Amino acid sequence: MAQESMATGAEHVEGAPEQHGPMEQFTIKPLIPIHVGRLDLSYTNSAAFMTIAIAISALLFWGATRARTMVPGRLQSTAEILYQFVQDMVISNTGKEGMKYFPFVFTLFLFILFGNLLGLMPYAFTFTSHIAVTAALAFFIFFAVTIIGFARHGLHFFSLFLPPGTPLWMAFILVPLEVFSYLIRPFSMSLRLFANMLAGHVLLKVLAGFVISLGLLFGWVPFLAVFGVTLLEILVALIQAYVFALLACIYLNDAIHLH
Amino acid sequence: MPQFDPSSFASQIFWLAVTFILLYWVVAKLAIPRIGEVLDQRARMIQEDLDRALALKAETDAAVAAYEKAMAAAREQAGEHMRSVTNEAKATAEARTTELGALVAKQVADAEERIAKAKDDALASLKGIAAETARDVVAKLANLSPAQGDVEAAVAAALKETK
Repeated sequence: MAQESMATGAEHVEGAPEQHGPMEQFTIKPLIPIHVGRLDLSYTNSAAFMTIAIAISALLFWGATRARTMVPGRLQSTAEILYQFVQDMVISNTGKEGMKYFPFVFTLFLFILFGNLLGLMPYAFTFTSHIAVTAALAFFIFFAVTIIGFARHGLHFFSLFLPPGTPLWMAFILVPLEVFSYLIRPFSMSLRLFANMLAGHVLLKVLAGFVISLGLLFGWVPFLAVFGVTLLEILVALIQAYVFALLACIYLNDAIHLH
Repeated sequence: MPQFDPSSFASQIFWLAVTFILLYWVVAKLAIPRIGEVLDQRARMIQEDLDRALALKAETDAAVAAYEKAMAAAREQAGEHMRSVTNEAKATAEARTTELGALVAKQVADAEERIAKAKDDALASLKGIAAETARDVVAKLANLSPAQGDVEAAVAAALKETK
């Protein structure tokens, strides 16, 4: 059943090649069908780009740390800048205790960063433009942070919902608000990344469509717009990766230090 | 929208987990230890260089201080030496001056003595000449021939008066 609907998407593309809708780029196509029982775990174009993203990360670090010179080369500098950027982010937001989670935050940052940037390549697939991926990451962080919080502070973790020094009568308003804002975190986190990536790519696709439909005479106007939006999207790709990792740090800080 | 097609969720999440765990492994086991090691090594090297530079600077400062101290001592010593030499020379010069002065004074005294003697001699012979001249004058003018003794006595008296 699952395979059917995925295949329908592929058929639709083959059926109407001249009608490239702006949503078509998000279609997930199975490359290697894998079925475990009733579960469809096919290796898709999304999985392929995840593989490429981690392969690029691995290659970057392998190349960057091969020589390990005192005066770094270009590749080593890149790796060191990324390392120090994320390290600073973890330390300044969660303190020294947060460094335990540095590998996770670094991985998270790299995964989203390369996912976003790779998606900007023509014909590429952006796996971060899928709510399933962003929500999986966001909920993983949400549950991990909650578990860490309870493991470190026990029931005292509930004091997170009541800022210290609050008058008792205020608690009736504040606690529901704080609980709500805590529970909404994974939703806002996943939607932010998903919506940013989706909107950017749809915009690019629509503008690119105008280039074709306006022809040689006026086509250059949307073409310049595509150029500008592409630059903007590179910025968005960097910022969203940063924001996602930063929020993970801030939530971790809550779990480690409460307030 | 393909994003809301639940049929692809399982596959997406499964491969997300697989690739994310793989990347985590690469980052945690390879990237972070290696980059951290390089950064630590560099930080240590820079710190060591700074420490060495500080130590060398302290050494230089000490050397400069020692040099200045030695210089001051040498200057002091030279001044002392200069003063003693000057004093010695002054003393020698003074001694020589007094010696010479004494010699000169003695010579002056001797010369004065000789002059006095010559004067006395001259005066003594003058008395004889005067007496003779007086007797000749008396003999010529008064045609008298006074006794030698008288003339001499008279001359002596006259000399005494003029003196």
